[in-house]
Amino acid sequence: MAQPIDVDDNQFEQTVLKSATPVVVDFWATWCRPCTMIAPILDELAEEYSGRITFTRLDVDQNQKTAAQYQIMSIPTLLLFKDGKPIVNIVGLRPKEELKRNLDAALA
Amino acid sequence: MKTEYDVIIIGGGPAGLSAGIYTARARLTSLLIEKNMVGGLIADAELVENYPGFPEGISGYDLTQLMEQQAQIFGLETLTAEVNGIKLKDGLKVVQTTQGEFTAKAVIIAGGCERTKLGVPGEVEFTGKGVSYCATCDAFFFRDQPVAIVGGGNSAISEALQLTKFASRVTVIHRRQELRATRILQEKAFAEPKIEFLWNTVVESIEGEDVVKRLQLRDVTTDEKSTLNVAGIFVSTGLNPSTNHLKGILALDEAGYIITNDKMETDAPGIFAAGDIRSSSIRQTIAAAGDGAVAAIYAERFITHAAK
Repeated sequence: MAQPIDVDDNQFEQTVLKSATPVVVDFWATWCRPCTMIAPILDELAEEYSGRITFTRLDVDQNQKTAAQYQIMSIPTLLLFKDGKPIVNIVGLRPKEELKRNLDAALA
Repeated sequence: MKTEYDVIIIGGGPAGLSAGIYTARARLTSLLIEKNMVGGLIADAELVENYPGFPEGISGYDLTQLMEQQAQIFGLETLTAEVNGIKLKDGLKVVQTTQGEFTAKAVIIAGGCERTKLGVPGEVEFTGKGVSYCATCDAFFFRDQPVAIVGGGNSAISEALQLTKFASRVTVIHRRQELRATRILQEKAFAEPKIEFLWNTVVESIEGEDVVKRLQLRDVTTDEKSTLNVAGIFVSTGLNPSTNHLKGILALDEAGYIITNDKMETDAPGIFAAGDIRSSSIRQTIAAAGDGAVAAIYAERFITHAAK
């Protein structure tokens, strides 16, 4: 079963930027309720988009370098990276259907 | 998946979950439809201190998780989908969703509210780049930086207090001369040296480069304009009912809230409303839960009566 994988500052380049498949990074933190609420949706999406998009999670508290680099100032933020560049930026808790519409449009 | 139920509940906050506990426990087949995850707006609250039964307080998230567990024990089913509309067909209610159509003998609308946006230039552009709607989530990003919070109610003042743990200065921007927040919160805020107040003031625009840098403000009594340098602006100006898809189906008040009587009945037989979405709701968790119970009991009576 495809599950979101945890990434940190050190692995970010290898896992996200150099990935051959597009990667979603979920910027989150333990104190963020909407992050807790979006997590099960991302679990489902990881399964549904298995092989097409890799889903990852980055704890902004533990990995402030990467969070600062992408100017994350609100969580949850989802960034979709393709060929090392963020091409979709989704801020806040969003319904699953809306996330899928955004991802599908970006992959098309 | 089954598509016919006795009761469909739209919205998974305290009103919907409470209704679900009652209808499921009454042995009515019950489906709760929620577009995100259950919990509603209160799930964002760090601490709920005024819900009876929790003398130490409880987080909004934990409280609604407990409500969901309790409803599931009695057999409430939940579905993640967005509701696009409701129509009437052969005495049944057809709920149209992104996951297909579902029919029920009675519907309880507990869709709650969404946070109001300011509707000023820069707000959409800088969302996630200094404009935030969740102080609990985002205070962390503004360590030792000045921020502003817009609003004067309980949420705004609780969030202002939370922000002082990180920010160097918290400016409360409020369009009136006094706060609506409860007295105990006001006292805490006035005693907090990091919090300052700008009364009778509104935000005209949010400006910056890449990220928020400053706010353009206007005093509503003198029309005087001013600039406030901030790294972040938190919006906590109140709530709007989620009823756009119900226009023309149910009677709404001027602000868009659903009009009900004291049995939570709307003007459409068999359609009930409960919680923050209802006109004259006091928008408190305990009241929403109460509304849910009332709506569920009259929905059950409606179904029993219709069967005779």
